[in-house]
Amino acid sequence: MSDLLLAPFQYEYMQRAFLAALVVGTLCSTIGTYVVLRKLSFIGDGIAHASFAGIVVAYLRGIDYYLGAAVVAVITALGIGYVNRRGKVSLDTAIGVLFTGAFAFGVFLMSRLPSYAVDLQGFLFGNILAISRSDVWLVLALSAIVAISLALLYRQLLYTSFDPVVAEASGINAGFVEYALLVLLALTIIVSLEAVGIVLVAALLVTPAATAYQLTRSFTRMLALSAAIGALCAVGGLYLSYYLHAASGATIVLLVTGAFFTAMLSKRRWRSAL
Amino acid sequence: MIAVDVRDLTVRYERVLALDTVSFTLDTAQALGIVGPNGSGKSTLLKTIAGLVPPTSGSVDVFGTRPRGLAPGTIAYVPQIEAVDWNFPASVYDVVAMGRFPRMRPLSRFTKHDRETIDRALDALRLGDLRTRHISQLSGGQQQRAFVARAIAQEPRLLLLDEPTTGVDAATEDALCVIVRSLVRDGLPVLMSTHDLDRASDWFDRLMVLDRRVLAEGLPAEVLDSGAYAGIREHTHVHGHQRTEAHALDAS
Repeated sequence: MSDLLLAPFQYEYMQRAFLAALVVGTLCSTIGTYVVLRKLSFIGDGIAHASFAGIVVAYLRGIDYYLGAAVVAVITALGIGYVNRRGKVSLDTAIGVLFTGAFAFGVFLMSRLPSYAVDLQGFLFGNILAISRSDVWLVLALSAIVAISLALLYRQLLYTSFDPVVAEASGINAGFVEYALLVLLALTIIVSLEAVGIVLVAALLVTPAATAYQLTRSFTRMLALSAAIGALCAVGGLYLSYYLHAASGATIVLLVTGAFFTAMLSKRRWRSAL
Repeated sequence: MIAVDVRDLTVRYERVLALDTVSFTLDTAQALGIVGPNGSGKSTLLKTIAGLVPPTSGSVDVFGTRPRGLAPGTIAYVPQIEAVDWNFPASVYDVVAMGRFPRMRPLSRFTKHDRETIDRALDALRLGDLRTRHISQLSGGQQQRAFVARAIAQEPRLLLLDEPTTGVDAATEDALCVIVRSLVRDGLPVLMSTHDLDRASDWFDRLMVLDRRVLAEGLPAEVLDSGAYAGIREHTHVHGHQRTEAHALDAS
């Protein structure tokens, strides 16, 4: 049994992959609690697609893909907050406008390249098994920044997620909290891109939190459960993919999706315990 | 001591004039009631003082400062309709505890004082037995009490209540009145809008009749005897909450 559990760890790239999966799974599902409660489910997909423009610009300028993606993701996140407030449209609509615009900009730039020789494919769909040592450090560093910021803003985020108007009247700067959350989301999404890819980021941001939401009616327990589910599914999915010879990102997402439906269909039994 | 100083306040939403050169002051240890028909600007006035709506012209000072510049926790505001998601994972206790958040430092835990203040607010609004109940399982009156309890748990220096008695039972209304009076006795300034004119003398030290402009202001008994009040009362009785703006202008 222990052989079975430890077998994947004989490869250094698998050790890195497990560490990255654990960190990304925990981070996405923690911040995902706010994504679900603030009804921003679209944002993962949105910012991830928008960052594509950053990757193309980074390629053209010969700079690091990560940096290009991060810069464009943060600009898009701030733009979403600005359009939401200035244009008096819902955040959902602001995300829709900004993400399609930025994504189209990326496609526009790429279509003018003489050839598509870049490995954009890897970034679009992610490959956690190919994660390099320096990428792991970057993931850890950005995750630490996001985690510390979330801890510092915990009460403001909770209050403004529940009742932004009254929170604002009581002197909490709801606008600043919203911008901060959007920037933290942008960083989280960039961190996750390498591990699970653009297409699957949204699932890790939404599904673990939605699963936890089925199981408890307490915010703190929802936050803890969501993080635990995200971490377990990310690591478990990686194990499964190793033994099933399947795509890691897809296996992780299938596992959280399975967890969600299990929780939804059996929540009466669970809720009394949690 | 002057708590709220409103001078020539005008608020416009796009082209709609919500408040027209409103001026008044509110002292500490004083409850000021605002009466007026629907659409008369009562909610806008409270939101502007809470710093949620910017003045188009004129000024609002709370303890000598613009509302947005106050220390966190200074103003507690209870809106007329709480537009929250009732399925949010929060119990009655969780909601009332949020009242402590504005003044808390990051990463700090509830102090003994925090917990005692939350318990007192729950008891004052007779929510002690409901503290672990999820907010979706409350009646309308209980929800309203939970939000007033949260405002009190904040230990604010100014309390703004937007029609807290609408849709609550008589017992809750009595309890709210007792609580407001006791807070005022302890020095808190309270600004509250209401439709309930009959009990104005029980609730308030001063009463203001608002219809975008201040039509009358003074001791409740004086204002109740004035023509402005009679006009409003007549129309409120005839048309209820559906009173039109034309009627409001006639009344003035």
